[in-house]
Amino acid sequence: MPSAGQAVLTIDGLQQLFDLLKRRGYRVLGPTVLDRAIVYDDIASLADLPCGWTDEQDGGHYRLVRRDDEALFGYAVGPHSWKKFLHPPTQRLWTAETTDAGVHIAAEPHASERLALIGVRACEIAAIAVQDRVLTGGAQVDPYYLARRNAAFIVAVNCGTAGGTCFCASMHTGPKATAGYDLALTELLDGPDHRFTVEVGSEHGRSVLAELSHRGATDQEVEQADAVVARTAASMGRAMCSDDVHDLLLRNLDHPHWAAVAERCLTCGNCTMVCPTCFCTTVEDASELDGSRATRSQRWDSCFTMDFSYLHGGSVRSSARSRYRQWMTHKLATWWDQFGTSGCVGCGRCITWCPVGIDITEEVAAIRDSEPS
Amino acid sequence: MEGLERIVREHPFFAGLPDAFCTLVCGCAKNVRFEAAQYLFHEGDPANQFYLIRHGRAALELHAPGRGPVTFQTLAPGEIVGVSWLVPPYRWTYDARALTLVRAIAMDAACLRQKCEADHDLGYELMKRFMPVLIQRLEATRLQILDVYGTHG
Amino acid sequence: MAEAVADPMLPQVARVQRRRRDGPDIWTLAIEPDMPGAAAAFAPGQFNMLTVFGVGEVPVSFSGDPAEGGPVIHTIRAVGPVSSALSRLDPGAPIGLRGPFGAGWPMAEMAGHDVVIVAGGLGLAPLRPALYRLLAERARYGQIVLLYGTRSPGEILFRREIEAWRRRLDIDIEVTVDHAAADWHGHVGVVTTLIPRAAFDPLHAIALVCGPEIMMRFAIAALHDAGLADEAIYLSMERNMKCAVGFCGHCQFGPVFVCRDGPVFRYDRVRAMLALKEI
Repeated sequence: MPSAGQAVLTIDGLQQLFDLLKRRGYRVLGPTVLDRAIVYDDIASLADLPCGWTDEQDGGHYRLVRRDDEALFGYAVGPHSWKKFLHPPTQRLWTAETTDAGVHIAAEPHASERLALIGVRACEIAAIAVQDRVLTGGAQVDPYYLARRNAAFIVAVNCGTAGGTCFCASMHTGPKATAGYDLALTELLDGPDHRFTVEVGSEHGRSVLAELSHRGATDQEVEQADAVVARTAASMGRAMCSDDVHDLLLRNLDHPHWAAVAERCLTCGNCTMVCPTCFCTTVEDASELDGSRATRSQRWDSCFTMDFSYLHGGSVRSSARSRYRQWMTHKLATWWDQFGTSGCVGCGRCITWCPVGIDITEEVAAIRDSEPS
Repeated sequence: MEGLERIVREHPFFAGLPDAFCTLVCGCAKNVRFEAAQYLFHEGDPANQFYLIRHGRAALELHAPGRGPVTFQTLAPGEIVGVSWLVPPYRWTYDARALTLVRAIAMDAACLRQKCEADHDLGYELMKRFMPVLIQRLEATRLQILDVYGTHG
Repeated sequence: MAEAVADPMLPQVARVQRRRRDGPDIWTLAIEPDMPGAAAAFAPGQFNMLTVFGVGEVPVSFSGDPAEGGPVIHTIRAVGPVSSALSRLDPGAPIGLRGPFGAGWPMAEMAGHDVVIVAGGLGLAPLRPALYRLLAERARYGQIVLLYGTRSPGEILFRREIEAWRRRLDIDIEVTVDHAAADWHGHVGVVTTLIPRAAFDPLHAIALVCGPEIMMRFAIAALHDAGLADEAIYLSMERNMKCAVGFCGHCQFGPVFVCRDGPVFRYDRVRAMLALKEI
């Protein structure tokens, strides 16, 4: 629940936040530069943050570029999303031991570490909420995801810079985080101090803020923060007219445009790996050579693989056309039927990380514009 | 002949056929009977007659070396045995064997072809009845060819 | 909020009690959980996930009598590594069991109706529990018709049982094969040809269809020709399954998850998808 008044943290306050979370037993994760990209990894201090960096993003294009200021969060999102930690690429499910007494199956214990996620963007909060619905909002619950999710502390950052492939504004998921966080920061670079306005989103957030050096925000600072967000909203790199997409795609499943996209799509699956809402997994069984012990593990899977829809000696979706269509219609259309929301949060990663620059916003427009009437 | 005319008229295949045509058709018809296991015709025989089953069941077979006779279709009352009489070379391409006692109307193929040639309206009425049979059999055969119950891949 | 959550991915340990060959590559297993009384009651049309430790897991429909306690019955075709491993398990061998999962046949809706069951090949196995239930509560239903088609006489599934049912006076059963040797005196031809001659009232009938997808499409067309509405036809779909609980994404068929929204679907719900290729 956002508090009536906003607070202000200085740079030192931010460092205090990291230290406090670490002292409270959290594994602190946040953005950092690695291999010429901004990724999410363990961070300990402000020095680990991508100070003064921004990202140049377009279809199939990602470069880090120096800014002319010292912004700590002056970039959009990179190839990692928080699903890397909340719904990790591999997860052991159980181990079965065979002894003379019989077979005993032990479930893998839930993760004991608690995660503090620093710098979570509005689109990412929306993506986490989407995965919450998929993995915990139905009749069945993924207990590993739930345990990690319940223990996570989320520090959101309202974007001060829109990315070249961002379209959260037209997906109604950002750029301002309105819920789903413990604390939300907006970086202010104008004026005397490099500082952050802070909004409290939960009791836990309130108790953490109470232990940091902070003061109340002035009206002017609140206005500045709003202006930052408004500027970001007005400078999105892309847009998707999203209100009618469900019906539009589902009545055009045989549209010739799917074949056109298929000509370009490599079915590499990058989009599914970087997409913060893609949740598909597969399982693998393994055993010791002597058969005394067997395990089952879950790992990320992609609907772009040939195996994904394997049935009775062949794949149901064997053409690239059918697999691209499956991904896009699931993300933008049937997700509504299954979960009551879009599966897309407008983060633009799939556009940036597609080797051939296929742009989901353009594909929707292409079908809409050439719909046989 | 009156009894035969009634039998022909009542057969489902000729349902709705105008009376005048019925009489024409009856001129080519006769009542026949096959005992169980008796053959109605053999592969290679001239297709001189075809049969409308009134009672009993018949099996259509092909003989494969090393496999013996393989039945690919069985037919029941109301159904037609034999369509090869419709087109040259008017020769049967499979065996037909009575599975049970079969009572049928045998139609003289040459007689009927002649009458259809003389009266095209009669010909069209009969075509309208034969076409659905052929098409249904074609569709069913396709499903059989796909061997859907087998394991594939 | 952090209370213990039941883990839907955790199997329980069970044993193969007995194994019987029911056709070429077809085996019926009787499976008993190690923990007494742990086998959950199931509804006809539902399925379990069976694990061969160290090899993998596959979905298999229940094929036994839902009214009988005792071992869980599954009929399996050995086609891949896991099903082949399942078919080679000796009595006493351990097996992992998860389930029951899925939406089953509409037993409640069938009360007061004629019931037409169209089964093809192994498709008879997921329908057998429904048949047991129908025959156990015979007075509830009108005409009951079973139309079964398979490749050849040697592949008729549950043959002795079908013959026993056929001797009853209150169920019509017709069996057909795609081809046969001369010693077969039954029907030869596709199962769809049995539909026009079956005795049921299309205005008050419900059809249950299960078999290869192509066969189901043809059967549904024939049921339409016989006068059944889309809302009166139910079919059992199959897709690749890994989790059986709607998490892994593999079994999606348009907007539905076959594991959770199916495998039994009323035809009107899936009609549009069945008409599309590679969906």
